[in-house]
Amino acid sequence: MFWASYLLAVLAVVLAWPVPILLSRAQWPARSPFTAMLLWQAIALAGGLSMIGAMLVYGLEPIGDNLIAGLRALAGMVLFNAPTTALGFWHIFALSAAALLTAHLVFTLLLTYYKIERQRRRHRELLALLASPSGQDAATLVISHDSPVAYCLPGGSRSVTVLSDGLMAALEPAELRAVLIHENAHLSQRHHLLLWAFAAWRQALPWLPTTRLAQESVNSLIEMLADDVALKTESKATLIKAIAIVASGSAPAGSTGLQPATSSLVLSGLDNGTGGAGSDSARTTASRVSRLLSPQPQLPAALRNLVLAGCILLLALPTALLVVPGLLG
Amino acid sequence: MASLGELERAVMDLLWAGQEAATANTLRDRLASAGSGHEGKELAVTTVLTVLSRLEKKGLVERERGTRPHRYQAVSSREEHTAELMHEVLGSAPDREAVLARFIGSVSEGEAETLRKLLGHL
Repeated sequence: MFWASYLLAVLAVVLAWPVPILLSRAQWPARSPFTAMLLWQAIALAGGLSMIGAMLVYGLEPIGDNLIAGLRALAGMVLFNAPTTALGFWHIFALSAAALLTAHLVFTLLLTYYKIERQRRRHRELLALLASPSGQDAATLVISHDSPVAYCLPGGSRSVTVLSDGLMAALEPAELRAVLIHENAHLSQRHHLLLWAFAAWRQALPWLPTTRLAQESVNSLIEMLADDVALKTESKATLIKAIAIVASGSAPAGSTGLQPATSSLVLSGLDNGTGGAGSDSARTTASRVSRLLSPQPQLPAALRNLVLAGCILLLALPTALLVVPGLLG
Repeated sequence: MASLGELERAVMDLLWAGQEAATANTLRDRLASAGSGHEGKELAVTTVLTVLSRLEKKGLVERERGTRPHRYQAVSSREEHTAELMHEVLGSAPDREAVLARFIGSVSEGEAETLRKLLGHL
């Protein structure tokens, strides 16, 4: 099973660097955002699996012909003090690294979940005191603020969409509907779970360029997916207008209707993100608008199926590399 | 009987509107005269105290320690809390982006200019 660890390592490196860079530069994800989203998830999962798997398989090589036998022998050493002489320094190093990486990924996922939930709870508490019902439905709130803002706060049955006074004043009813449909699409398609997973991945391995590229792409793809839902009932012109009005109104030196305090807040928000997330979301808005202005046909079904097959292969390959050597031996 | 959530909101509205700190008794009287949703049943001071301690735990209300009965006041104004909320919404740290999904992320001035021009053509 020695060769399996090398193949897994190669797969891990390929998925950690060249593949995400190519995918983040590709043009086709804007044409079929859902397919691209699946591919990003497959890359992330397969990348993590092959990273951990490569170290695990390498470390277990001297003590077992396959993964199960190796893990069983390892459990014997850890739990029952069986002799560890079969393992060299590098084997123990690889096994420890695999264990640490797994624990790190799981803990970061949980920690990120906890942090996000805490922020959302605090946000909901303040909204309960500050926002008023919109009159449209119970899950839509209005907050008294001059800049045009719309967002949704996920939380199962307590999910809410929040609009600002400024937004309601700036948009026509049809544009407002488009914004609401867009935000509700985020909630009903459970985009917060994707945001959570990819935020945690970036948090866990911030030095890996992939994690940033993946998070940026996923952020941008969910906006496109939500735009597509809005386009089912509202016209393209309406949606573009809504985006342009909100975007130009929320720009730092933009609309003159902003109070000084507000615009300085917006500015400080942007400053935090210079070179980082701020530019990410700016690119997102640009790509959303250009996608709406010059629509490209959806990816042909054959190509989409090819990508889907690629996703399955990506997940099957590391799994097979982990399991098959045992079957052969 | 109004729910605790509604009472919290009513109490905060009173504290935000009033200039100075108020005791639970005063707040109860004001709530009663405003007819804050409790049909036929007298609002108990203990209920108001429960609401106040919940708000205190959330960091929205503070208690003057020296005096008895305790006097309560809002930690920040309504506007400050709204600003805090909007700062959270408009900020763009990557870890914040997972908390909520904004219709439009932060936009650069150059891009806003382009979009404004586009708006002129629509």
